[in-house]
Amino acid sequence: MIKIEHLVKNYGSNCAVDDISFEVKKGEIVGLLGPNGAGKSTTMNILTGYLSATSGSVSVAGLDVLDNPLEAKKHIGYLPEQPPLYLDMTVEEYLIFNYNLKGCKLNRTRHLEEICDVVKIRDVYKRVIKNLSKGYRQRVGIAQALIGSPEVIIFDEPTVGLDPKQIIEVRNLLRNLGKDHTVILSTHILQEVQAVCDRIVIINKGKIVADELTENITRAVENNRRFSLKICGPQKEVLNMLRSKPGVVYAEVMPQRDGDAYCYTVESEVGVDIRKSLFYTLAEKNWPLVGMEALGMSLEDIFIAIVDQSAPKNRYERRERVRSGKGHSETQREIAKTLMDNAGKKQGGEYSALFGEEADKDSK
Amino acid sequence: MFAIYKKELRSYFINAIGYVYVGVFLAAAALLCCYTTIGSQSYDASNYFTALIFSFIILIPLLTMKLFAEEKKLRTEQLLLTAPISIWSMVLGKYLAAATMFVGTAMISCINFFPMYTYAREERLAAPYSSEHLGPVTAEIISCLVGVILIGLAFISIGLFVSSLTENQLAAAVITVAIILVMLVLELVNQYIDTYAIRFVIDWVCVLSRFSNFTVGILDFSAILYYLSISGVFLLLTVRVYDKRRWG
Repeated sequence: MIKIEHLVKNYGSNCAVDDISFEVKKGEIVGLLGPNGAGKSTTMNILTGYLSATSGSVSVAGLDVLDNPLEAKKHIGYLPEQPPLYLDMTVEEYLIFNYNLKGCKLNRTRHLEEICDVVKIRDVYKRVIKNLSKGYRQRVGIAQALIGSPEVIIFDEPTVGLDPKQIIEVRNLLRNLGKDHTVILSTHILQEVQAVCDRIVIINKGKIVADELTENITRAVENNRRFSLKICGPQKEVLNMLRSKPGVVYAEVMPQRDGDAYCYTVESEVGVDIRKSLFYTLAEKNWPLVGMEALGMSLEDIFIAIVDQSAPKNRYERRERVRSGKGHSETQREIAKTLMDNAGKKQGGEYSALFGEEADKDSK
Repeated sequence: MFAIYKKELRSYFINAIGYVYVGVFLAAAALLCCYTTIGSQSYDASNYFTALIFSFIILIPLLTMKLFAEEKKLRTEQLLLTAPISIWSMVLGKYLAAATMFVGTAMISCINFFPMYTYAREERLAAPYSSEHLGPVTAEIISCLVGVILIGLAFISIGLFVSSLTENQLAAAVITVAIILVMLVLELVNQYIDTYAIRFVIDWVCVLSRFSNFTVGILDFSAILYYLSISGVFLLLTVRVYDKRRWG
């Protein structure tokens, strides 16, 4: 449905989008993820024909956006970051204007009624947009994108500024739209992608650093090997025991205490379950185990790991992060690396090597 | 294009600006007409039309200042530029809306001539001798009106272009005022310049010098072409502004 090939966009000497390629199939919901200024909005603006590309090609429904913009735009509904609303119009006038602007051929009254029901703006239909709350304005913006029921719908940060209830409503709406539209969605809220999207494309500094199905990422996240332990016993000896135990790659004492028990964080090797043997060892030494908890790893951790690895910050800052306990665990780094490698393969194998070099330089 | 045209026309009348424009235009026209014709006991309408052109310095920016500047400020231009319409139809839609407002008001202002015609009829009846030459010359008035409308349309396209350059309505208005002022005042300056070459160049820039033929009832083809080209060139430049932003 959407095909982006070797897309490059330069603003003067500043490269906003650097050789991005990906494809979106019909009916897929894809989340574009990335920190601020990563190139998400630029990519979307090029996709919708608002900006041109420096090089590369973008096609929607088989039509090249740069060569044949008028036809291609007919297949796209777009909600920019700031909904493009005429504040002095009523919702009705605004939607009718959009209906005429897009040269829509469907039955007007019925079509607009349908859309109003979908985004739930029936009750403000006759009101002036200026007087609507942010949530309603956002919904009117979404309604605008749905007019003419385009095959491709592009949303740039659709849930920004909404209250939690509205966010959930918008997410449900997006999921429903995904049933018969192709949706691209940009965001920096990770739960949103996890909740809504079939596929996640992570962009950083204008490059794709990961491109993976959501379920794969979720599985990787759940395959968890970090535990927090609470053990009563002499701190140093316990720690030495933990570190010398086969299968353990990392063990550290945590600052918090629970009664006379100390807290520890332990990470095991891939594919090794150390929990049972750990229990027996502790029982043998008469050090009661009073708590064992799997440390959850969120998509967020992986995202930060990916973003950090793909664009390493200066060495000092990184060392500080590791010292203050904010560094990434082995697992996170591994998952991030795998994802990036996969994306690299999809992009023709150039990226993984590139990032490897960058990371090396950084560590030196 | 029609959707944008309708939207712009509507927005003139939903905000005060459309009413302000129509009100000020009609008041200024009526006042000028009183002073230049009845007030100075003359049936010659050319002075009235020349004076009217000077009122465009204030009136035209009222029409054009918000056309693109406001869209840019509200970020709604993104909506227009991602809609399946060409940049030309977007620009033309806005231009035609402003032109409709302008031409419409100019037509309404023609009621100012009713007193002149009534007065002339009574004078003819009262005159003891052959009095067919008395009264305003309709052909002159029509040609003047055509000239004034063409000049107004040219100014609108200039205002449209300026509006596309900035997102500040006030800046757009001030710059448009300045440009129109220079184009009109140059004619007055020109009289004091002796060097032929400079006069020739200034002649090309100032719009008033071409208006004199209209005042004697001649539809000067070269002048018509000149005014239409100004409109065309600035519309083209506006389209280029958007093209360039897209490719920039």
